[in-house]
Amino acid sequence: MPADDVLLEIEDLRTHFLMDDGVVCAVDGVDLRVRKGETLAIVGESGCGKSVMARSILRLVDPPGQIEGGTITLHRDSGPVELVGADTKLLRQIRWNDIAMVFQEPMASLSLVHTIGSQIVEAVRLHENIGKAAARKRAIEMLDRVGIPMPARRVDAYPFELSGGMRQRAMIAMALACKPSLLIADEPTTALDVTTQAQILELLRDLQDEFGMAIMLITHDLGVAAQVADSMAVMYLGRVVEYGSAEQVLATPRHPYAQALLRSMPRLGRARQRRLTAIKGMVPPPYARPDGCFFHPRCEHVVEGRCDRVSPRLLQVADRQVSCLLYEEDK
Amino acid sequence: MLGYFGRRLVYVVVTLWAISIVTFVIINLPPGDYVSTVIANAQAGGVSLTPAEITNLRLRYGLDDPIFVQYWRWISAIVLHGDFGQSFAWNQPVSTLIGERVLLSAILSLSSLLMVWAIAFPIGIYSAVKQYSWGDYGFSFLGFIGMAIPEFMLALILMYIGFRYFGASVGGLFSPEFQDAAWNLGKVLDLAGHLWVPIVVIGVSGTAGMIRVTRANLLDELYRPYVHTARAKGLPEWKLVLKYPVRMSLSPFFSTVGWLLPGLIGGETIVSVVMSLPTGGPLLLSGVMNQDMYLVGSFIMILSVLTVLGTVVSDLALAWWDPRIRKRYKRE
Repeated sequence: MPADDVLLEIEDLRTHFLMDDGVVCAVDGVDLRVRKGETLAIVGESGCGKSVMARSILRLVDPPGQIEGGTITLHRDSGPVELVGADTKLLRQIRWNDIAMVFQEPMASLSLVHTIGSQIVEAVRLHENIGKAAARKRAIEMLDRVGIPMPARRVDAYPFELSGGMRQRAMIAMALACKPSLLIADEPTTALDVTTQAQILELLRDLQDEFGMAIMLITHDLGVAAQVADSMAVMYLGRVVEYGSAEQVLATPRHPYAQALLRSMPRLGRARQRRLTAIKGMVPPPYARPDGCFFHPRCEHVVEGRCDRVSPRLLQVADRQVSCLLYEEDK
Repeated sequence: MLGYFGRRLVYVVVTLWAISIVTFVIINLPPGDYVSTVIANAQAGGVSLTPAEITNLRLRYGLDDPIFVQYWRWISAIVLHGDFGQSFAWNQPVSTLIGERVLLSAILSLSSLLMVWAIAFPIGIYSAVKQYSWGDYGFSFLGFIGMAIPEFMLALILMYIGFRYFGASVGGLFSPEFQDAAWNLGKVLDLAGHLWVPIVVIGVSGTAGMIRVTRANLLDELYRPYVHTARAKGLPEWKLVLKYPVRMSLSPFFSTVGWLLPGLIGGETIVSVVMSLPTGGPLLLSGVMNQDMYLVGSFIMILSVLTVLGTVVSDLALAWWDPRIRKRYKRE
């Protein structure tokens, strides 16, 4: 992959929560790259650390969580910036201007006591030296662009006066108001019904074409990921277990967890009578991570005496990266 | 919106009417009345009243009329003439008695309130933002002490310190030489010199409580998603805390702000008694002890009016503060 193509590089990111009962390693050594203009889907079960990983990028993890190590490098036009160690002033400039976020619950992530317009205007004026009127004009343009009818009136509406889908559109309008190069969408459609979900995904795709930003899409829904993703990273217990192009990962998953995850998903066109297979066992409790490969207690291909001792590394296997000892043996 | 408040006004009248009946009935519940108190006091002083004198007294105050006649006499005078009746014990109109004390009660309540807000809001916000820091623990510790010390004890301690070390006169709001003087600069300064003790006494427990409430309300909001959004937008930390979660956390405050209204004339009885402050509280207390029917009834009625109006004020304040409430009123 050509280096000038990379927008965001995450290396060995570790975000831990120091709880009274012990340390929860929510993100435990993640390596990822987001290329310019692409859509990267991060998939995994609830609690696999995908949200915390996304929040770590802009250092938005609330205490007791904290980034314990690793680097996050953003390649801006003016040069690379490292975010984990960046001072807060620089970080605040990067927030929203270079990297913006859309969250799961639009009702909860917009302030209910401020109008949509004032929240967008605030974002614009934080990063651009323009007057109130110009910022308001931009807000109306953005609302229009995300498909909110009567934007000149809705700009003065409060979030609770809009429907769920409209709220998420407003959130997206706010996220794109400063033309970021990366949009992190953390379960943006989970709280919406299926029809609205499809509309929002299509909107994101259209906007990506128009604005040319990269999207990091966090989702537990493989169907959503399949619709929009260019590349895909599968996470399990705070680590990336498989990373490659979305098409390849979905068609021929290599990591046993990715394989199991895909088998557990219903598909149109697949023989009706075939049962969905659940992944055996439970996600281990947060304080008791297994030794060796985190997935080995639930893995069908477990090699006794090896998978429970040796921790696999994320290795290039043919067309993608996989973190599994089965493939290390192959080598 | 107007329709909503029109309806509210009807409720206010009905509520006050119900309160007036309950008040009057309760005042008449204890055995005896004002005249029996007079007799008892006279006997304690070694004088006994003749049956004729007693009958005269009862007749004069209309105490032998049926209770609903007495009630009607009382409430119709209030509603029709704004006449709150006569205090038996003071032999003065109730309105004059209360009026004399309203100003001082209001000054005392308002100044202690301002002290509470000025201290409690910043500390409460600090404690929530820096939860479990040494500062938070320190303020929590002080806060619990402030809440645990009874007001009368703090009043006694401060009065002792003031008298022992600063030679200040004990209790009251004025030095003896200004007690009956006309208002002038000297008297105002003298008042200010005395006022700080009750303000501190009343303010301390209020501040302590308010710190806890502010802290708890803010903690409820501090980790909500909209705060993450604001942070992700690149707002400086202190600015986003004040603009978003603090703003949201003040809604409960606005929904109770109107209840301060009755406190302006009737609050802080115990402190006022201990420090012999000429405010409304002790007046009410003495009225209850003397079974001074119209004084107590009218006083409670005025407190009730202020409470009910305060609730309406609260609702208006909340509507002004919170657009969700405002829009709901508009729809109704």
